Amino acid sequence: MSLEEYRGVWVFIEQNDGKVEGVSLELLGAGRKLADKLEVPLAGVLLGEEIKTLSNNVISHGADEVYVIDHPVLKNYRTESYMKAVIYLAEKYKPEIFLYGATPNGKDLASAVATDLSTGLTADTTMLDIDLENRLLEASRPAFGGNIMATILCKKHRPQMATVRPKVMKALEVDSSRIGKIIEEKINLNEDEMRTKVLRIVNDVTKRANLADAHVIVCGGKGMGDEQNFQMLYELAETIGASVGGTRDVVEAGWLPHELQIGQTGETVTPKIYFAIALSGAIQHVVGMKNSEFIIAINKDPNAPIFDVATYGIVGDALEVVPKLIAQFKEIRSQKGGEISYA
Amino acid sequence: MHIVVCVKQVPDTKIIKINPKTNTLDRKSAPAILNPYDAHAVQEAVKVKQLTGGTISVLSMGPPQATEVIKKSIEIGADRGYLISDRAFAGADTLATSYALSKALERIGKDIPVDMVICGKHAIDGDTGQVGPGIARRMDIPPVTSVIEVSEVNVKEKTILIKRKLTSGYELIQAELPCLLTVEKEINEIEYAPMPNMIRAARYQPIIWTVNELENVDRAQLGLKGSPTVVGKMFTPPRPEGGKKLEGSADEQVKQLMDLLMDKKDLLTVQSTN
Repeated sequence: MSLEEYRGVWVFIEQNDGKVEGVSLELLGAGRKLADKLEVPLAGVLLGEEIKTLSNNVISHGADEVYVIDHPVLKNYRTESYMKAVIYLAEKYKPEIFLYGATPNGKDLASAVATDLSTGLTADTTMLDIDLENRLLEASRPAFGGNIMATILCKKHRPQMATVRPKVMKALEVDSSRIGKIIEEKINLNEDEMRTKVLRIVNDVTKRANLADAHVIVCGGKGMGDEQNFQMLYELAETIGASVGGTRDVVEAGWLPHELQIGQTGETVTPKIYFAIALSGAIQHVVGMKNSEFIIAINKDPNAPIFDVATYGIVGDALEVVPKLIAQFKEIRSQKGGEISYA
Repeated sequence: MHIVVCVKQVPDTKIIKINPKTNTLDRKSAPAILNPYDAHAVQEAVKVKQLTGGTISVLSMGPPQATEVIKKSIEIGADRGYLISDRAFAGADTLATSYALSKALERIGKDIPVDMVICGKHAIDGDTGQVGPGIARRMDIPPVTSVIEVSEVNVKEKTILIKRKLTSGYELIQAELPCLLTVEKEINEIEYAPMPNMIRAARYQPIIWTVNELENVDRAQLGLKGSPTVVGKMFTPPRPEGGKKLEGSADEQVKQLMDLLMDKKDLLTVQSTN
């Protein structure tokens, strides 16, 4: 493989029901920086049925080019059909870097595409950079579920691919004056040849809305001691109108269901206020919450890494501090006779 | 119905330590366990077999001691176990791993054709989730990832109905058999192993294959050589400066925090509901 034939940075634009996923716009922001460093164009890959109008949105978020394949078989995401379309484009236009959101569909697609293109794929990256001298993508991710980052390189194969965690990169400000090129492609796809059918899509926002859209989150760690102590976090959350989440340890101990896990293998959240209570702040967890606006950490250990990302820290036993916090909030509410509302 | 479940032995990441000098994993510090998601994969195979009958095989790749996770799978209810173990497989990334496993599946399928492959969502030591779809591509069968329910298996029509988890909600998918599923933890509860399974597991000796016992293998695609990705460096990210630690007794600290918060009018206000 001649590596020089491969040029350009691509982002897979995930759309559901004609709406572009936030992570794809974030990746255009991150991809823009990589493309500028390499002095190559940034392109979005847009697949679906009647989706061409979304191209302008892709361009105004930073893309120079949009590759569009519009086909009824691409209406809903399916590995088989999407993979075919992406591989067709990648083989024809040969990008050097190809990024996907680390969503269920993005991960699924990237894994299949990497296998057929026999190239390297780095999962769930949280940092992207370029080694300009060697023209290499440096894709970094937390490793071993712990306090360490690993930078993964793909030296001899192209495209260099990575899935990227949602809400870690920043989308650019919309610039409607940007001008880009729309490249429409056609491929043969036959519904009869598809071995999977999407019969129904059921939107169940109840579980997710809790954390992803919460203004305030109370997140507890293993330091709460046991499941019974953990319950006091619900009381705090109820008092201030917050949602409850937990660390990986807490979920693995069975104190919380998996969908309430915050961190690398759980949800990434960006609330206004984040209470990190009795958790140490392993990288695994921090990547999922560090972009919160106002972070309050409560931990016995003054050296806990969570204090490094906290806006304010209370060094103390959560079992002692949390009840006091609850009491204070209740008092303020009764003094002013009302609810706490958030900007 | 022949179901093959791919399982991995992993260090228990809850306990594992990192050597701060070398930035490498201190594998001795953690006990090796059956990857928790894979346990759910085996359990789901047991549930499907209860409906359809058939055989459950488990397949793993790893050092000889990985036979332990095969025994654990037998305990949950698998019938047979295969381990591929060879230095040639060592150092594999996800691409080389899916290649080796697909070659083993090819050989397993020669005895009884494979109708379904089930993998865990990801392994807790790598957290990638890339090997399952990779195997499906190499076998040219459809992958369905993030499965939260196997709703129906139609042996006669060779189809399966599956619920697949999405970012918000789920989708109902019909797939042709053979296919490959990767399962989420919520798909089932691991049941207590019945006594006969435990006895069988204790005595069970899995079939172990070296690379020579697999057919049509391109050795250039195995192990470290066959892995396009390499770890460039390991590092501890620069510690952010951090905020302010409050001081004083618990009461004083809580009081200070409340004052700070109540000052943050751009964040929150307390309003009268009357």
